[in-house]
Amino acid sequence: MYTEKVMEAFQNPKNVGEIENYDGMGMIGSEACGDIMQVFIKVENGVIADAKFKTFGCAAAIATSSTATEMIKGMTVDEALAVTNKKVIDVLGGLPPQKIHCSVLAEQAIKAAIEDYKSRHSA
Amino acid sequence: MERIYFDHAATTAVDGRVLQKMLPYFTEKFGNPNSQHAFGREAVAAVDEARDEIAKLIHAKPSEIYFTSGGTESDNWALRGAAHALKNRGKHLIVSAVEHPAMIATAKELIKEGFDVTFAEVDEYGRVDTERLKSAVREDTVFIGVMTANNEVGTLQPIAELSAFARARGIVFFTDAVQAAGIMKIDVTSPAVDMLSFSAHKFNGPKGVGVLYVRSGLRIGKIITGGHQERSMRGGTTNVPAVVGMAEALRLAQEEQEKNAAYIARLRDRFIGRVLREIPYVKLNGHPQERLPGNANFSFRYVEGESLLFSLDLAGIAVSSGSACSSGSLEPSHVLLAMGVPEGLAHGSIRFSFGADNTQEQVDYAVDRLKEIVVKLRALSPLFPKDLKNEVYPKRKEE
Repeated sequence: MYTEKVMEAFQNPKNVGEIENYDGMGMIGSEACGDIMQVFIKVENGVIADAKFKTFGCAAAIATSSTATEMIKGMTVDEALAVTNKKVIDVLGGLPPQKIHCSVLAEQAIKAAIEDYKSRHSA
Repeated sequence: MERIYFDHAATTAVDGRVLQKMLPYFTEKFGNPNSQHAFGREAVAAVDEARDEIAKLIHAKPSEIYFTSGGTESDNWALRGAAHALKNRGKHLIVSAVEHPAMIATAKELIKEGFDVTFAEVDEYGRVDTERLKSAVREDTVFIGVMTANNEVGTLQPIAELSAFARARGIVFFTDAVQAAGIMKIDVTSPAVDMLSFSAHKFNGPKGVGVLYVRSGLRIGKIITGGHQERSMRGGTTNVPAVVGMAEALRLAQEEQEKNAAYIARLRDRFIGRVLREIPYVKLNGHPQERLPGNANFSFRYVEGESLLFSLDLAGIAVSSGSACSSGSLEPSHVLLAMGVPEGLAHGSIRFSFGADNTQEQVDYAVDRLKEIVVKLRALSPLFPKDLKNEVYPKRKEE
């Protein structure tokens, strides 16, 4: 049911962990729903210099977390805001239909982290 | 990589001896039991023999054995067939809250048809609360259905007590013995039940064939209409090789039951013991003693079940998960929720079900891999508290 790319990203996820002095953090989901994703970003001159995540969830949730954080590194925050779950799924070579909602989590957590960054740095 | 199969509650391999019995009925003895000629008579003889054998094994009469396509059909038929046949006497049905979806979904359909259903509650171990079930009985209660053993957590139900209670009041009592058959002795006279279901592929028989036992004198409605097969109660050409295989599989399973159950229980106890001692923040779901010999169901805190299932799969270990994510729905297991397991823990539940073809080496290998996987997934989990150490404990020397 999962593509090889999904299984690879699930098995050897990149960017696992936390960033101590992060510039933005977003956490989406709930334990009751079975999916929680937490994203940390470090921003330098408007560019995402580092991104890390922690995810409680299924293989698809972990794979999309890894891939999405990998994609946004090196992007400007506005470019990162344009990363949709659809783009993450494309990179992974597709997800089973019942797993699409897991990829929405990654998109939302990244958006929440960027919003957190913007609210901290707007003043 | 060696593949390790710890999912015997899902299905089992067909025993080689069973397959040998079945093979002639695919090729040279392929007749339709309804045909009048020699080919048909050959098939009829095989079906009759299978029915006699199964009846003898479970202490029933051959005329009380109905062949079906498996557990789901048998469960559907028992519940729907009884409800429809008895509706002039009453329209209240009681089934336990932890029944297989074959029962739960059928009960929900019957509610739409105007029946009234009570889903009997269970305790924290998944056992039906007998006093509450009894107090739910009304004047118009006509059916009580409680499984012999639960498919997810393995908990054995107080069937003897509930069956005696129901039958003393003229209420039809049905038990789904799909998980129990083969691994426990099935005897429809002890405890005496009105109806009972099982499925061959759970005890090394073929898939797609099962039995509904219906006590003689009890009339239920049909759900499959057609020809005169199964004494005009269930249309459809009999799956001859499958019923032949089922009879042989049940015979072997009952013959080897004591030896196999004791062996499997030892594997299970070793597995449960090691997991509880060596992995912290783990909950054993189901009853600590009153459970199927082959079932161990755990919730691993801070870890989601499907990611655990796939990690084990990548290590060659096949298990199943009550996690919503693996079943395609968003709700975690209805069984664990009925037992009061919090949703977060229910999402992290994994069922390991052992069989006679498993070994102690496989159990030890699985525990060792499981420890590594749980640590890895907890390191990934935003729920794992920062003040706790993400660790597991060494295996004891004497093991």
